[in-house]
Amino acid sequence: MMASNYNAKEEDGHQPAAIGHGGAGTVKNKKPDNTAFKQQRLPAWQPILTAGTVLPAFFVIGLIFIPIGIGLFVTSNNIKELEVTSQLIVPCYNCSQSYSWNSTKPCTCSVPFSLDQPFESNVFMYYGLSNFYQNHRRYVKSRDDSQLNGDKASLKSPSKECEPYRTSDEKPIAPCGAIANSLFNDTLELYYIDPNGSRTAIPLVKKGIAWWTDKHVKFRNPGGNDNLTVVFQGTSKPVNWRKSVYELDPSDPDNNGFINEDFIVWMRTAALPTFRKLYRIIHKKPNMTPTLPLGRYILEVTYNYPVRSFEGRKRMILSTISWMGGKNPFLGIAYITVGSVCFFLGIVLLIIHHKYGNRNHSADIRS
Amino acid sequence: MEQIHWVRHRWQQLVAAESGRGRYSAPDAVPTKSSPKLHNAQLTGKRRTVIARHGPYQHEYDSVSKGCQGNGIRTTKYSLLSFIPMNLFQQFHRVANLYFLFLVMLNWVPVVEAFQKEITMIPLVVVLIVIAIKDALEDYRRYRFDQKVNNNVATVYSGKQQTYVDQRWQDVRVGDFVRLSCNEIIPADMLLLYSSDLHGICYIETANLDGETNLKQRQVVRDLPQGSELTPENFHSRIECENPNNDLSRFRGYMEHPSNARVGLHNDNLLLRSCTIRNTETIIGIVVYAGHETKAMKNNSGPRYKRSKLERRMNMDILWSVVLLVIMCLTAAIGHGLWLRNLEEASFLIPDTTSPALAGFYLFWTMIIVLQVLIPVSLYVSIEIVKLGQIFFIQNDVDFYNEYLDSRIQCRALNITEDLGQIQYVFSDKTGTLTENKMVFRRCTIAGVEYPHEENGETAKSLSCKSLSCNRSSVSLHTLTGHSEGEGEETPSPTLPRHSAFSSPMEKDVVPDPFLVQKLNCLSSPLFLLTDASMELTYIVDFFMALAICNTVVVSSPNQPRHVVQVPEVSRSPLKSLEDIKMLFQRFSLPRFSTLSPPHTTESTRSFTGRLFARGKPATFTPSPSPIPTKREHGSWKDELIYEAESPDEAALVHAARAYHCTLRGHSLERLLVELPGMGSLAVRLLHILPFDSTRKRMSVVVRHPLTKQVVVYTKGADSVIMDLAELPKGAEQSESRQGHIREQTQKHLDNYAREGLRTLCIAKRVLEEEEYEVWLKRHAFAETSIENREELLLESAQRLETNLTLLGATGIVDRLQEEVPETIEALQRAGVKVWVLTGDKQETAINIACACKLLRSTDHLLTANCGSKEACKALLLELRAEMECGEAAEGTSGFTLVIDGRTLEFALQEDLKGDFLELSRCCRAVICCRSTPLQKSQVVRLVQDQLQVMTLAIGDGANDVSMIQVADVGIGISGQEGMQAVMSSDFAISRFKHLRKLLLVHGHWCYTRLANMILYFFYKNVMYVNLLFWYQFFCGFSGSVMTNSWVLIFFNLLFTSVPPLLYGILDKDVSADTLIKLPELYKSGQNSKAYLTSTFWLTMLDAIYQSLVCFFVPYFAYAGSDADMLSFGSPINASSLLIILLHQVIESRTLTWLHALLLMGSALFYFSFTLVFSVVCVTCSPPNNPLGVDKLQMSQPLFYGVCALTTMLALLPRFLFQALHNSICPSDTVKAALMDQLNPDDYCRRMQRWNQTQAQIKTRSLVIDVEDSDIKVPDPDFRLPSELKEGSAATGSLLS
Repeated sequence: MMASNYNAKEEDGHQPAAIGHGGAGTVKNKKPDNTAFKQQRLPAWQPILTAGTVLPAFFVIGLIFIPIGIGLFVTSNNIKELEVTSQLIVPCYNCSQSYSWNSTKPCTCSVPFSLDQPFESNVFMYYGLSNFYQNHRRYVKSRDDSQLNGDKASLKSPSKECEPYRTSDEKPIAPCGAIANSLFNDTLELYYIDPNGSRTAIPLVKKGIAWWTDKHVKFRNPGGNDNLTVVFQGTSKPVNWRKSVYELDPSDPDNNGFINEDFIVWMRTAALPTFRKLYRIIHKKPNMTPTLPLGRYILEVTYNYPVRSFEGRKRMILSTISWMGGKNPFLGIAYITVGSVCFFLGIVLLIIHHKYGNRNHSADIRS
Repeated sequence: MEQIHWVRHRWQQLVAAESGRGRYSAPDAVPTKSSPKLHNAQLTGKRRTVIARHGPYQHEYDSVSKGCQGNGIRTTKYSLLSFIPMNLFQQFHRVANLYFLFLVMLNWVPVVEAFQKEITMIPLVVVLIVIAIKDALEDYRRYRFDQKVNNNVATVYSGKQQTYVDQRWQDVRVGDFVRLSCNEIIPADMLLLYSSDLHGICYIETANLDGETNLKQRQVVRDLPQGSELTPENFHSRIECENPNNDLSRFRGYMEHPSNARVGLHNDNLLLRSCTIRNTETIIGIVVYAGHETKAMKNNSGPRYKRSKLERRMNMDILWSVVLLVIMCLTAAIGHGLWLRNLEEASFLIPDTTSPALAGFYLFWTMIIVLQVLIPVSLYVSIEIVKLGQIFFIQNDVDFYNEYLDSRIQCRALNITEDLGQIQYVFSDKTGTLTENKMVFRRCTIAGVEYPHEENGETAKSLSCKSLSCNRSSVSLHTLTGHSEGEGEETPSPTLPRHSAFSSPMEKDVVPDPFLVQKLNCLSSPLFLLTDASMELTYIVDFFMALAICNTVVVSSPNQPRHVVQVPEVSRSPLKSLEDIKMLFQRFSLPRFSTLSPPHTTESTRSFTGRLFARGKPATFTPSPSPIPTKREHGSWKDELIYEAESPDEAALVHAARAYHCTLRGHSLERLLVELPGMGSLAVRLLHILPFDSTRKRMSVVVRHPLTKQVVVYTKGADSVIMDLAELPKGAEQSESRQGHIREQTQKHLDNYAREGLRTLCIAKRVLEEEEYEVWLKRHAFAETSIENREELLLESAQRLETNLTLLGATGIVDRLQEEVPETIEALQRAGVKVWVLTGDKQETAINIACACKLLRSTDHLLTANCGSKEACKALLLELRAEMECGEAAEGTSGFTLVIDGRTLEFALQEDLKGDFLELSRCCRAVICCRSTPLQKSQVVRLVQDQLQVMTLAIGDGANDVSMIQVADVGIGISGQEGMQAVMSSDFAISRFKHLRKLLLVHGHWCYTRLANMILYFFYKNVMYVNLLFWYQFFCGFSGSVMTNSWVLIFFNLLFTSVPPLLYGILDKDVSADTLIKLPELYKSGQNSKAYLTSTFWLTMLDAIYQSLVCFFVPYFAYAGSDADMLSFGSPINASSLLIILLHQVIESRTLTWLHALLLMGSALFYFSFTLVFSVVCVTCSPPNNPLGVDKLQMSQPLFYGVCALTTMLALLPRFLFQALHNSICPSDTVKAALMDQLNPDDYCRRMQRWNQTQAQIKTRSLVIDVEDSDIKVPDPDFRLPSELKEGSAATGSLLS
């Protein structure tokens, strides 16, 4: 709109000249409107940052941040977390050294560990991988979301992005792509060793580990709740998989096929090369006993997943959760540091303000 | 480039052929003479033949006019069909768009593909669409306009109906006869063949073409049968003329009659398209050029494109961005290669046979796509929008509104607003720029006697210029008073008070000098004797006669509409009366006059003229029985005359003559009607007008004297020229001594006038013998009819005539300063702008005006340079340098001003001397170049601009300033009295010189600061955001992954953060307008590019990198080792980077209005709502990283906000702190001024005073330092920083002591 005003003059000679030709017919007054907007006189807040004006801000920030930081730090400290690195233990180390995708016989090993303090409330059990670049560009792309969403056409002809895990033996792979192909397939089991030496299996709940939206919206089996074996007829399982997608959890039809929660969790690619993924939940017991009492435990690992080729490491993490997520002291410390720095700077500014601010308002502006 | 032009040309020809209409032609792209020559064998060389379309040679017509275009015009660039291909083709001329296109194509290569193919196209598509819409709207407007013009109706002769019928303009063809009436617009360039005016004259107003409102006279081709209307069937003549060209003031050709007689055609015969017919009832013309071949269309070039200094600077930094981009991509590529090499086989690697090196190479290109935003391509579009906004506000500034002209500022160049804030040199014209260019006749000298007109000066002072309000064109103003009772009639006229109640424009208000009136009265006195006094009287009468007739003034009267023919009234119906007058004169006076060559009168004429004047007054007008009844008619319009002159000087002189009853009553092609004191109206036969031109610097009229019947040449011109031409006549000794005396005296008076700052003109005459005239006439006629080198011949012919002149006298015309000129110049000088005055005027006049406008102060040391040879010039320059060096040690002089004249300037501008000249002028506070030609003006500007590498501004109002205006970085035209040429070639057009102050100090400062800040902000924004992606590469094996959804990534720059910077660039205001006006020193920040230094750029870059580090690593540490997925990790990073980017702008902004608040909040809200909605809706819409649920979940977690708050705070902390510390410890002047703005009014005044005092002190000190500085060749003029100043003054102090 604005442009049209100026280009009016470029036209050519036909345009009546703007100036000096106020013939009798020119009634229109060209005087610009004397409005605050057009004269650039809109009421405005003009913040000029000087030591004097900003120093309250620094104190305020300091005063707000330090308590928040302390709060976060305390919260984080209250979270109980335990990490078990399985490869460090000899049997599992052997497994990890010898195991590859081609191995047919699973390698099992057990890792003993102990809790120094009991875990109350719900305990989340994670598996962790390090040096695993789930965020590699081509890896991330190698999936077909329509297929996973239950689209039958995509089931039969998956997206080109899935190459080279798109077809196998001229049958489409379901689920296609590198992410699915590299599904974490270790089995972890947890046993509590009573003081008397007997092993009690700890109940691990596999429901609710995936996001609600993923489980109910993003991932769907083709054909809804039909017989999965029939639905996946004519497709092939991913190369590295031992069993087909419809055999992931035959016991529970709500956890089978594409909506298998372990599968869904894996498909949500981790942001960083060292990551953990939720594996199971250990629900709080109804009575007052802690979820995991202190004592000795054994982690039974069915070793299927090779990580040696990329120098990866596997971990198992047990953790409780607070309102701000898992254990991470960083944020609390950072808040406290920033708050203190602000407070300190506030004091520095106060000094500067006393030294220069007065001079600024004193006699000679130019001195 | 050549090829592109060719293609376009070819294409346009095709289009033109298709539509059968004219084609759009960019003036530079299409050679003017090519097409008709190709098509038409009849056209020999550079000529075009035109014959009547419906005339006797119809069979020939088709072949002759095949190559000529129709009259339809098409200024549109596109047609409906061609819009998309053409527009795309044009848009891809821009490098920025090519870059986008390159990225899009890159993304189509599978191995380097980074995003979905469609997504990379979005930026390109958006930019293309935005610009295409803008182009389409503009083009549509042009189309509508063309339609309107093409469908105008003209009366054209139709061969079938044998009469004139209405036709649309677009159907008019070359060779058509067009009949036009008064006030109609001319549809095409036509040759005037018939005018209802008896003398074959017609008037046109060229306001549509060049904005000049005065009427121009055109005449019918000579030797055509007049009187009866021309019948096209019988038009047997053939017209040969030049091929279409764009020279408005030149037209050459001849008309060949069947009898083979040739009549020369010239510019006076040509009616130009889009001019308006005035004052003439009907005209008929034959079309010679139509449509795009008309001169008006050939002159039509689009808006000017200049590249601003800031933009050049910015392009440099964009190159740096490219370097940065390449470095980042290389890092990633090498990193990826190494990373791959260390991995043998991993389940997350897609099996591939590419070697790590090749993969690295591919990755390089992928990274270019991923990091593309680093090159701020959208910056170009944003800058264009911001400049439009800035121009919108400049145009709407009410301070630039001129009530009298009803005009505001015109911004003709759209892209150099910020250059206004960096001007270092101002080159100003004098006349019409510093002065009003409203001429008031102030003094005259006749025959060596000076008439000071003292009263005249008094009234001139008492009248304020505001009395001009009633009329817009000051040249055509009411005629008034000036008609004092010379006849000694004591009766106080009752009409006089009423007259003076009228607003009375200066130039008419000439109060005659009493002595002169007395002398003139002798003319009608009975005691008149042929004495020495009568000799003087002859001079006086001739002098005023020359003033009255030696001009091209058009006379009309205001109570009638302008088109109503005034002159024809004299010449048409009252032609009888004119003859009557003649007869009467012969009866009454001629018997006596014929015997006496110097005109004097007797009692009988006196009584006659006495009666005449008595009747002439409207107040005493009574229809008394009289032997000359028609006289009364003249009496009735006596006081109602409008003089329309091409230059204000002319009008002033005519009005001056009128004050002495030497009134110009009518002006037609062949006759002038002049009223002389004591003689009444005389019809003077006009033989020739030799118009004014800048090489001759004079004009002449050749008339047959009504009384003596001699051929007399009256010449009026610049004193230097006339004085040389006024040779001492060889002959009577008495007259020789007399002439010598007159010359001597006149020269003395002229010098006086010049000292007073008056504009001087000399008046001379020459009496030609009949034989002499015959000889001259023959050669002149030859010159007029020749087509080739006619100008030279005419010039030569004029020079032959204008020799041996008898000097009559000289006039002094005052040209008053415009209001607030001294204040403006002072402000500019305080702002560190050097003001040079380049004028064509005399040295004395120039110095005088310079003093008046405070360019020169009494304490200044004046250096004058006048010399006649190059060697002398060289010596002089060195001498002046020396003088300056010793002068600077002397106390009391506050500065040096160089005054240099045209001749010396010419030497000084030569290759080997210009260094010296520059050195000298650089140390001067002001330079005045007088007697300079337009070419020299532009040379000076170019010299300063190129050699000193400074920003220059040229301001002027006349055609002679055009070249200077075009050369300078910023050209400003003053829409004044001298037409519109300067305005047409300028970048900005203002109406008063004083507007320059606000334009530069306020708008220039704002525009520069705003744009510079916006550009820096853009760089910051892009680097900051792109680096986030770059840091992520270190954690994803340099694989080119991004942690954001690609839509959000693309939209981040395009939508979420694009609008606030625009507002920042349009509306930010660091210091209020008032303070900027009051403290011109603040302008220096722009001159020194303070807002956008290289250091500022790199500081901004560093800050951007720091912020991106914070913005990436705080979330990184907060989420490290957790189960966060890529998008969840990206979500707080994106959100906090958005907050940082927006808040960063808040910190940088100096003003925040509700608009800012609205847009900033809006942007943030837009981002959050977009991502939220996207995360709810998008299930499979954006493979592979569908954001379903991510942001919804993130934003429901406190951790997200904790991370965002910490990140934002930590990222902004350094800048916040830096700003606060910088503003407290060493605040810049701008900040101080801004702080002053916030004080209450009392404190503000006090502080302002103090500032100004300090400034004054500094100035006196610094001037000395200035000279010192430049002497030791420190190129940096920026020494006025407080701390340095102290040292500087201390140093000088010690030096002086």
